[in-house]
Amino acid sequence: MNEPLPLSCPPGTGELTLDGSVPVVEITNLWTKYGRTVVHQDLNLSIQQGEIMSIVGGSGTGKTTLLRQMLGLERPSRGCVRIFGEDISLVDSDALQQLRNHWGMLFQQGALYSALTVFENIAQPMAELKKLPPDLIRDAVLLKMNMVGLGPEQANKMPSDLSGGMVKRVALARALALEPQLLFLDEPTAGLDPDLSESFVALIKSLHRELGLTVVMVTHDLDTLFALSTRIAVLAEKHVVALGTTQELLKVDHPFIKEFFLGDRGRRALEALGIPNDGKEQH
Amino acid sequence: MSIAQEPTLTLSPGAAAGPSVTAGGTWQVHALAQGSAMKTITHLLKSLKGNPNLAWDLSAIDSMDHIGAQVFWNAWGRKRPKSLRLAPAQEEFFRRLETVGPLEVQRPRKQRLNSVMVLGFATLTFFEHLRGFVTLVGQVTQDSWRFLRNPMRGPWREISANIFHAGFQALGITALVGFLIGVVLSYLSAQQLRAFGGDVFLVNLLGMSVIRELGPLLAAILVAGRSGSSITAQLGVMRVTEELDAMLVMGISHGFRLILPKVMALAISMPLLVIWTDVMALIGGMVSAKIELNLSSQYFLLKLPAAVPLANYLIGLLKGTVFGMLIALVSCHFGLRIKPNTESLGRGTTTSVVTAITVVILADAVFAIVFNGVGFS
Repeated sequence: MNEPLPLSCPPGTGELTLDGSVPVVEITNLWTKYGRTVVHQDLNLSIQQGEIMSIVGGSGTGKTTLLRQMLGLERPSRGCVRIFGEDISLVDSDALQQLRNHWGMLFQQGALYSALTVFENIAQPMAELKKLPPDLIRDAVLLKMNMVGLGPEQANKMPSDLSGGMVKRVALARALALEPQLLFLDEPTAGLDPDLSESFVALIKSLHRELGLTVVMVTHDLDTLFALSTRIAVLAEKHVVALGTTQELLKVDHPFIKEFFLGDRGRRALEALGIPNDGKEQH
Repeated sequence: MSIAQEPTLTLSPGAAAGPSVTAGGTWQVHALAQGSAMKTITHLLKSLKGNPNLAWDLSAIDSMDHIGAQVFWNAWGRKRPKSLRLAPAQEEFFRRLETVGPLEVQRPRKQRLNSVMVLGFATLTFFEHLRGFVTLVGQVTQDSWRFLRNPMRGPWREISANIFHAGFQALGITALVGFLIGVVLSYLSAQQLRAFGGDVFLVNLLGMSVIRELGPLLAAILVAGRSGSSITAQLGVMRVTEELDAMLVMGISHGFRLILPKVMALAISMPLLVIWTDVMALIGGMVSAKIELNLSSQYFLLKLPAAVPLANYLIGLLKGTVFGMLIALVSCHFGLRIKPNTESLGRGTTTSVVTAITVVILADAVFAIVFNGVGFS
């Protein structure tokens, strides 16, 4: 195996966008190893401002791990992850705190604080700043709840009293509490019924438009995937095998992509959205 | 990622159309939360509140978010001021605030508990726990019957695993604590006995107290802290992760697979731990006696059987078994009552350990009364 040099971030490899800004997320030559199992090998990915980037791949291809590495919850074995141009394995704790105030994460199971009410869960990141007056926090929390479609009557409920869809909404409201520029979603529609997941997609779409968010999303749900993503990154064979819009990916000749997008499920989802798939299938 | 500019508010009193306020800088939550920005702004806005004829100009603001917009909105009394200039991008924030309208959280009605009600609820809770505990004991009895009728299908693996965790892995800590208590007890008693010239009675004193009382109690308190808490937490987490429900759905009884093995394992391993703790405490006492009173270990060992009748040893073992079962039952009782949230888990574990230790000491008192005249030569 061709082992790369130990962890180091090449200075300023940032491929510049049209307006000269650095990518929001930039992953270069990332390796992840658990014992002798290599999960990621020389993985590169860069996400631009305002994109909704979806990461797809079979189970065990390390999608969630990649997300956790972007959040600094896990360290890659080698390679580097830059968020807003800063290498998150090198920044000091103050800068990391700064970064963390600028992103939000929606965990797959919601990860609400089970001892706090819905209101307190959403208010917690704002209260943590220790500067905002309580009445402003109250108004801001209620506005956030309204944005995700929760009425004020839900405010005093405990997370254990909520249904799965509501937990996701509260978790999204909490992720949005500090108006992040970057939003990470781990399986945002998993476990929701089709109706709810459709309204969730609409919600994220409108928030994306309104707040100008950059969204990084891991999902298995093809409807969500096609409806939301501006670009899709396909993880297979330990790295990103294809990257592009839905239309571009449909033309890529790779067994996993063919299987994933042009299987029965994929074709149904594409037809429902009216995306032409050229009528070309692999058989 | 640094904040470009702090939020500013400028009041210009002299314009033709009347006084006006111009806002600039960054009105985002992070900018507002930096330094004393929020304090200054709140102060300024408060002083402007009484004036409805102010002209507001927000078009010079670099960037804004919902929280920034909310600050203005609250200062305006939740409606648009008569004269307002906005940048096109800001329009959306205020339109949302306008359409949403006033939102109010209902205050949860505060229950006023007077002392009588508190007492009443405490009594009810106590009886509820008692009832649950009796049910649990009944369940374990039934399960033991099932186990005895068909011992080949019993939960042997679980029992052996629990004996390993609760018994074998506790050997180190019980040995250490037992030895040290033995040393301390022997040292203190020796000093007192020497004053009366009763050095030789050290063996009686130490043997009786350790074998009949301290050994079982020490082992029980340590096991309650070690295994009691782990049993409660384990069952609690199984509740949180719905494993308990999964077992029920598959027709695996909690009592037979989870509770019975723990009760049996502690009933088996506790008497063994009691013997072990007794031995360690007596060795500690012996070492201390040798140093302090120059009492030979040979004498100590030879004197022991005469000083401590066998009945005491048997009472100690019986105590061990009873304490072990009580600890397991109490911890299972509290473990099964944990609700699926983190706070309940923490509180349940604390209550479980405290109750287990209390129950053990209560049972010890009962033993003292029941075996009042037994075991004294």
